[in-house]
Amino acid sequence: MNIWVLVEHDGGNVKKVSLEMLSKARELSGGGEVAALWLGDGHGEGAEKVASAGPSKVYVCDDSILGEFLISPAVDVLASLCEEHKPDALLVASTTDGKDIAARLAARLGSGLTNDITALEERDGKLVGTYPAFGGSLLVECWSEGTPGIYIVKPNAFSVEAPGGSPEVVAIDGSAVQDSSKRAKVTEVQVAESGGRPAVDEASVIVSGGRGLGGPENFAVVEGLADVLGAGVGASRAAVDAGWYPHQSQVGQTGKTVSPQLYIACGISGAIQHRAGMQTSKNIVAINKDPEAPIFAIADFGVVGDLFKVVPALTEELAKRKGA
Amino acid sequence: MNIVVCAKQVPDTAAEKRLSSDGTLDRSNDADQILNPLDEYGTEAALKLVEANGGEVTILMVGPKSATETLRKKALPMGADKAIQVTDEALHGSDAVATAYALAQALKQVEGFDLVILGSESTDARGSLVPSALSEFTGLPGLTFAKSIEVDGNVVRIQREGDKGFETVEAEMPAIVSVVKGINEPRYPSFKGIMAAKNKPLDEKDAAGAGIDTSMVGLANSKSKVGEWKERPPKEAGTIVEDDGEAFAKLADWLEENKLL
Ligand SMILES: Cc1cc2nc3c(=O)[nH]c(=O)nc-3n(C[C@H](O)[C@H](O)[C@H](O)COP(=O)(O)OP(=O)(O)OC[C@H]3O[C@@H](n4cnc5c(N)ncnc54)[C@H](O)[C@@H]3O)c2cc1C
Ligand SMILES: Nc1ncnc2c1ncn2[C@@H]1O[C@H](COP(=O)(O)O)[C@@H](O)[C@H]1O
Repeated sequence: MNIWVLVEHDGGNVKKVSLEMLSKARELSGGGEVAALWLGDGHGEGAEKVASAGPSKVYVCDDSILGEFLISPAVDVLASLCEEHKPDALLVASTTDGKDIAARLAARLGSGLTNDITALEERDGKLVGTYPAFGGSLLVECWSEGTPGIYIVKPNAFSVEAPGGSPEVVAIDGSAVQDSSKRAKVTEVQVAESGGRPAVDEASVIVSGGRGLGGPENFAVVEGLADVLGAGVGASRAAVDAGWYPHQSQVGQTGKTVSPQLYIACGISGAIQHRAGMQTSKNIVAINKDPEAPIFAIADFGVVGDLFKVVPALTEELAKRKGA
Repeated sequence: MNIVVCAKQVPDTAAEKRLSSDGTLDRSNDADQILNPLDEYGTEAALKLVEANGGEVTILMVGPKSATETLRKKALPMGADKAIQVTDEALHGSDAVATAYALAQALKQVEGFDLVILGSESTDARGSLVPSALSEFTGLPGLTFAKSIEVDGNVVRIQREGDKGFETVEAEMPAIVSVVKGINEPRYPSFKGIMAAKNKPLDEKDAAGAGIDTSMVGLANSKSKVGEWKERPPKEAGTIVEDDGEAFAKLADWLEENKLL
């Protein structure tokens, strides 16, 4: 099976989800072609990383038109490649750009569009994904018809393999971009300050804070632990609504749906709307002073205690063990 | 300016959600149906623009007959002028792409609109797919995930809340815009609004009436397929410790044992 992967990157910085998708594609392709599609600039810096996940081919289109107009030029380039080479499946990361591109491509090519999968397998020559519905309480099998079938993949669904290799690199220009795609003009880009931490929807470890923190200044406690773990920082809606932390970090039904390797909830009660965004995390730790807090029902490890004592002590302990 | 707001009915988040035997959302419990929360933001955004610039707001909904209630109880009372509801058995089970096609066809019959506003996602399936697919089918510029909208002559400009930060994006109208949570504070319908809504025009169309080719929609014609599903296996009970001053060390051990460091 020929499986293509749209690389998610920002400039030269390749997002981990891209390597996860490439690794899975390689596993499922049964020796078929695994192509990475790099749109935009920065391939020079990212090439090695992409190659490490073992694609057989990399298509690179770094025409500046891709950055000048929103989404449509990228769709034109991808559509023309797909029409020419007819891959069986295309994997796209579940991000704002990824979803926009995938939705347009599916509408244009008449392809199925399987959304937000957290698992993928090959069955009778078909890729079957798993979609966690209703906040992860139901696991639904789904797949995409069409050439290619399009699958939108959640970060942290697959592990990264690094077989290495030297893929053939094919440069393509932006000649597929139609005039009608030059209308939604990007006039300014403001890159968000991340404090050097991974974004919650990308992070493989997340430390989240809730109302139990008591105020915005106390997010420093959560950030301290996050930094020892190389984690992203999340927040409950109560904390976000109070203006303590930016809304991009909100986890839950009306925030991000995340499934990291490790999710540490500090001072979060675990309301159903919060759990809907994080209960598919592989390991859940809760620190809360209320033994009745619903978060404990889904915790793999829970500490009933004052987060202001437990979290700083844990941070110091982990720093020591990691240093050792 | 004339604005069409695409709005959908979804199950209330607090209500229990189920799948019916064909893998589509079970909507049999009508009492729990609400206007998709994101579409309140879309409706509010449209009302604000019309209040500033004059014009009309039309709600467009593809959904079951029972969704009329949601239109009469929420979207119209907020202040929209009229609604179009496309209702047809043939539409049942349409995926995001098929829904977008149906909306695009229905839009062809709305004369002289400047903007189509959608929510950035519906809270039932959390797709975030219909707005872009709709841009594709209509051939109109798509300005997605707007955190703010402004209209300047015949240009619409948004702040797009992307993955990497904010992008300012502009296009000539007509255009398609999807809005994120928090773009505004949706108003509550007033008593007067609720009364007035009872008599607002609601144009009900079947698929043929909306110009929809039924071989493009519905469960069977959707290219995204749903197979079997199962309940997520219940989580095994975890280890819960009371902090005696040493819990941090036990937690650190546990993290280490599970190779999470
Ligand atoms: C339509 C809708 C959508 C929603 N979407 C979301 C969403 O996306 N995400 C989300 O998170 N919520 C969402 N909510 C809100 C949700 O219902 C809860 O109100 C919210 O998650 C509560 O946040 P919290 O756990 O931080 O606060 P609380 O429920 O107030 O919990 C604070 C916890 O901190 C503990 N605590 C206090 N002090 C300490 C201390 N010193 N040490 C240890 N523990 C301490 C307390 O015991 C308590 O359990 C939504 C609600 C609705 C109605
Ligand atoms: N059946 C529908 N009728 C009208 N609008 C819809 C429908 N489905 C989706 N939409 C619009 O598309 C937005 C995003 O939906 P989704 O892509 O399903 O998350 C919603 O907020 C609505 O504005």
